Amino acid sequence: MTPTYYLLLSALLFTIGAVGVLVRRNAIVVFMCVELMLNAVNLSLVTFSRINGGLDGQIMAFFVMVVAAAEVVVGLAIIMSIFRTRRTASVDDSNLLKY
Amino acid sequence: MTGTINLAAEVQQASGVANLAWLLLVLPAFGAAVLLIAGRRADKWGHLLGSATVIGAFAYAVLLFFDTTSLAADDRTREAHLFDWISIHSLNVEFGLRLDPLSLTFVLLITGVGSLIHIYSIGYMSDDRDRRRFFAYLNLFVSAMLLLVLGNGFVTLYFGWEGVGLASYLLIGWYQGKDFAATAAKKAFLMNRVGDVGLALAIFLMFKNMGSTQYSVVFDKIGEQSTGVIVAIGILLLLGACGKSGQFPLQAWLPDAMAGPTPVSALIHAATMVTAGVYLIARSNPLYSLPQAEDARLVVMIVGAVTLLIGCVIGCAYDDFKKVLAYSTVSQIGYMILAVGLGPAGYAFGILHLLTHGFFKAGLFLGAGSVMHGMNDEGDIRRLGGLAKKMPITFITWTLGYLALIGFPFLSGYFSKDAIIAAAFSEGGSRGWIFGGIALLGAGLTAFYMTRLLILVFLGKPRWENLKSEDGRAYHPHESGWTMTLPMIVLAVGSVGAGAILSGVLPEWLAPTLGELVEEHGPLSHTVIAILTVAISAIGAGIAFALFGRREQPVTRPQRVSFPVRAARADLYGNHLNEALFARPGVWLTRFLVFVDNRGVDGLVNGIAAGLGGSSGRLRRLQTGFVRSYALSMLGGSILVIAALLMVRFA
Repeated sequence: MTPTYYLLLSALLFTIGAVGVLVRRNAIVVFMCVELMLNAVNLSLVTFSRINGGLDGQIMAFFVMVVAAAEVVVGLAIIMSIFRTRRTASVDDSNLLKY
Repeated sequence: MTGTINLAAEVQQASGVANLAWLLLVLPAFGAAVLLIAGRRADKWGHLLGSATVIGAFAYAVLLFFDTTSLAADDRTREAHLFDWISIHSLNVEFGLRLDPLSLTFVLLITGVGSLIHIYSIGYMSDDRDRRRFFAYLNLFVSAMLLLVLGNGFVTLYFGWEGVGLASYLLIGWYQGKDFAATAAKKAFLMNRVGDVGLALAIFLMFKNMGSTQYSVVFDKIGEQSTGVIVAIGILLLLGACGKSGQFPLQAWLPDAMAGPTPVSALIHAATMVTAGVYLIARSNPLYSLPQAEDARLVVMIVGAVTLLIGCVIGCAYDDFKKVLAYSTVSQIGYMILAVGLGPAGYAFGILHLLTHGFFKAGLFLGAGSVMHGMNDEGDIRRLGGLAKKMPITFITWTLGYLALIGFPFLSGYFSKDAIIAAAFSEGGSRGWIFGGIALLGAGLTAFYMTRLLILVFLGKPRWENLKSEDGRAYHPHESGWTMTLPMIVLAVGSVGAGAILSGVLPEWLAPTLGELVEEHGPLSHTVIAILTVAISAIGAGIAFALFGRREQPVTRPQRVSFPVRAARADLYGNHLNEALFARPGVWLTRFLVFVDNRGVDGLVNGIAAGLGGSSGRLRRLQTGFVRSYALSMLGGSILVIAALLMVRFA
């Protein structure tokens, strides 16, 4: 069991999440991709923790989960209110705040 | 030359009567404040209050004078501390009064002649709706002038100096409605500024090199300074004196200042303010007496000599009653400046001439005012004539002043002017001959133009009989009222007697301030010089009589005249000179600076602003509102940061 595979998996998940954030228009999907990136980071944190033999990384992963949970609450609420006013969840349509 | 005369060490504290010396400043200032603030309500009694404050100040001055004479000669220099005026770091300017023979002499002159002219003004200005305001300005002037002579430091002097400048400006421009009066006021103010810059720079130099501007400290330490500093201060002070006293090359404002009412011309522009320059140099005598200040004194003498000639020559050509007297003032102050430039041999004579001149020139001006008052304000002497019979008191008092001015034996001018001429000759060597010769020539020219004035105004045919004044009225010359004749009589008495009385006692009285009078004997004895002066004056008067007294004079001034007369009529091109040398280059400089300001400075400032505005307008375009592009840029930024970190790590 080498940590390299876990790190590779983590990098793969992060890349999928990042590409998803950049290319998808639906706000919900973008949001899920953000979660994917967060969890990819969690995975690498836990892996590094395991490599170093300490618990710091695992504790950090819990913090990230808590923050992600709070973020989901706020983020979904925003997406909901945007959808209610505009009848769309596309991030490209919410472009009023510009030059 | 004698060495340094140290006067600063023996300053006493004022006590007794002298403790009230602040009254001298406060009385006229109070009068001015009341008259200006009360406004029209004070119209009925304003002139009385205005005169009363000055007469009160004069009464106190007399008291103070006798108080001082009762002291021993060494104790007569006293200072009264009033308050600390400016106290910042090492600069400590004390507001105090210096009561010494020199300042007391001036105080008596200012309040004495001032009182007479206030009384005269009651009559002279009786037709003016704003007589109250006139008296307020006169009081303001007296107060400022007293501060000028009483201050115990150069900064207090400067305060008074500017105060009299303001009063002079207000009073020259009294007839605001007339263009020439407003212009003359501005001209006087501006030309005075030129001199004031010199005075201010001199004060800065004193503070820089001696750490103080109080007389006591400055005169104490001036001997330790380098020759360069002493000469620089001496010449800068002279520049200040030139501005205030109408000396070459700043003489052109004084004749124009005659646009003001005649009492103003008499008080400010003949007897007191214009002599402030002489006071300044006499006051700074510890500086000018230094052997290192030789060059500065030479410049003073040259300025005095040049001015006295210029004044005389131009005075011969003018046809305006008051302007001739004004140029005469310029030339007589030239004599005073020449005298104080002579150093210890001349200080006292300069002040003596200043006092006698204060009497007779004020008298002459008041006489001129009386003539103009009776002649519908006609000032062109070619339109006057034969007024002796119509105005006997004016004629007699004016003639006495005239005789005093030309140095008729045993009248005032004889004692003071002869003394200056003799002192100039005693300078020795070629300098003595040159300055003495110029002074002597000036005496002859003075006699010439004054006699011309006397003949054209008071003697000869009454040329005004068939003329009308500008406003279409016929002339009805009449003697003026008692408020006007009384001061003229008093001043005439002074013109006759002042010289004889003062010439004996004044040098000794002023010795505590000006040092002992050094009597030097030149190549000519005093008797010879006295005879020469009287003879040359007599020749001048004789030529004038031959030219103007024996045939009838035209009413309009002849146009076809020789070059010297044309030059003199054009003020010896003094105005042209100023115009060409200073005014025009000044205008060019201003235009150039405006150009630099518009194109250079404004261009830079506006260019930076426009550049920033334009570039930020372009940067703004990056904010597209397209959320995924923000995400991309965040990702790019993160990659850059990580790449940088890795490069540092593995470099």
